[in-house]
Amino acid sequence: MNVKKIFEGPAIFLDRSDINTDEIIPAKYLTEVTKDALRPYMLEDLNLDGFDPRGDKLRNARVVVSRENFGCGSSREHAPWVFEVNGVHTIIAESYARIFRQNMFNGGMLAIELPRADIDRLFALEKKGNVNISVQLDSQTVVATSDGKTETLSFDISPFDKALVKAGGWVEFADARY
Amino acid sequence: MGKTITEKIFEAHLRDEPFPGTMVLDLDRVLCHEITTPIAIADLAWRGKDRVFDNTKIKAVIDHVTPSKDSKTATQAKMLRDWARRHGIRDFFDVGNNGVCHALFPEKGYIRPGFTVIMGDSHTCTHGAFGAFAAGVGTTDLEVGILKGVCAFRTPKTIRVDLTGRLPEGVYAKDVILHVIGQLGVNGATDRVIEFHGSVVDEFSMEARMTLCNMAIEAGGTCGICMPDVTTVDYLWPFISDEYASREAALDDYRQWCSDEDAVFEKVLHFDVSALEPQVTFGYKPDCVKPVGEMAGTPVDQIYIGTCTNGRIEDLRVAAAILKGKKIADSVRGIVSPATPKIFNDALQEGIIQVFMDAGFCVTNPTCGACLGMSNGVLAEGEVAASTSNRNFNGRMGKGGMVHLMSPATAAATALTGVITDPRQA
Repeated sequence: MNVKKIFEGPAIFLDRSDINTDEIIPAKYLTEVTKDALRPYMLEDLNLDGFDPRGDKLRNARVVVSRENFGCGSSREHAPWVFEVNGVHTIIAESYARIFRQNMFNGGMLAIELPRADIDRLFALEKKGNVNISVQLDSQTVVATSDGKTETLSFDISPFDKALVKAGGWVEFADARY
Repeated sequence: MGKTITEKIFEAHLRDEPFPGTMVLDLDRVLCHEITTPIAIADLAWRGKDRVFDNTKIKAVIDHVTPSKDSKTATQAKMLRDWARRHGIRDFFDVGNNGVCHALFPEKGYIRPGFTVIMGDSHTCTHGAFGAFAAGVGTTDLEVGILKGVCAFRTPKTIRVDLTGRLPEGVYAKDVILHVIGQLGVNGATDRVIEFHGSVVDEFSMEARMTLCNMAIEAGGTCGICMPDVTTVDYLWPFISDEYASREAALDDYRQWCSDEDAVFEKVLHFDVSALEPQVTFGYKPDCVKPVGEMAGTPVDQIYIGTCTNGRIEDLRVAAAILKGKKIADSVRGIVSPATPKIFNDALQEGIIQVFMDAGFCVTNPTCGACLGMSNGVLAEGEVAASTSNRNFNGRMGKGGMVHLMSPATAAATALTGVITDPRQA
């Protein structure tokens, strides 16, 4: 259960706001009682032109970049889990729905918030080709590279969320403290 | 400086402030259902911590898929059932006694003013109707809640929504909240509590307040919340009569949880509802809202009346009044799911079930069912639903389906014609 979470790798760009939890993992799969069983269904119902939920681009992705209000809707933690079991431990977006964002950090994963201008710079980089993104938690920086060009961006994170990621999640943090 | 109701509840429940801006609260209620809880149970067992912090504060129900539809959902139900037995969770509701969580738990008197409540379900904000801080959380938060009786939240900010004027005929709490979400946007209240005030709320029943608070999450809100008042006390009286000498005494006590006159809000929004029309959603977000007139004539395939938003007895009464003595259009199928056994039974006694059946509706047992496309009533590709539920996301009620959200009155009027119809013309 305590897999080493890596916050870097090829990025996939989802150019839409309000991507909701039903699009990330439809409710019909919530009958599963293990995280692993969710693996084939990531973003299956995403409503986005040109997006292929079965494509290599998504399969190889380790980082997701998107727009505003990512993960709105249901409380289902299956949404972060379907990313986790597919090796995506980092999401970078302009903003998140509260429950989804907390679910990410509670699972020891990263939901990084960047201002619109910075997100635009990442999307501009994508136009050049495949983008690799690496997140350094200690220095709170995002380093994105594509075709020899690099963007280095800094981000804010609440001390609590940072502590959760370092502890490996909320259960570990709470267990040790309460 | 005055405080908001949420600030008062946070202060009274503060266990720890591990970092500035993060408040760990003691919980009065941890509510559970069979979709998001079994993985928490399994993980606690895997960690060797198969314990619960307080089996009287944990309440559990099987409601999303019930009776179980296949082996997987039967396993989920069994995991919750076995766990409830193992830990002596007496307030556990199974087939025959179970209903939609956000209708059932309030009906049992479990939610009180000033309480902190979490559940692994985003519409937990419904319980704010009672002057409680109630928030939907994921399974990990639920797991820590079950084990330790705590949950962490950011220090809250509050948006105050004042609802004034007189609600016109044919316009209901559902239309009000759809309109408010249309104005706020789906992200407008993220990390905020929405406080509902004003003469309209004062006159609302607890059922209508629950409808209002239920959809706070659709604007991103952590909780929708109403001030406890005489309506709250009257609703709760059967459950609290041995705690208080009189209703007045209960009201006096509960008033401590109201926001102060000089409380500071991040934003105050005013809505005069006097000219509000019935509202209907279009598109795939709950903030895509139009007056019914602009959507009138849109064909639908299925009518769904029920859910934690609008499956209460008042909702069924309103719909039945429109359906009485009439038949639904040949082109549509109607499904009604009373939200709890009590609501079902009340509807039976009042002749409402007969009205629905005579009109041609299928009456199901209390369950979340079609609302999230999990069990009975799923749409086929390309089909359109008129629904009293709370979410119109792409594929919500079935892959490739379209959902138009509306009040029970508008849904009933639509059932009669087969196209979206203004309930004032039904």
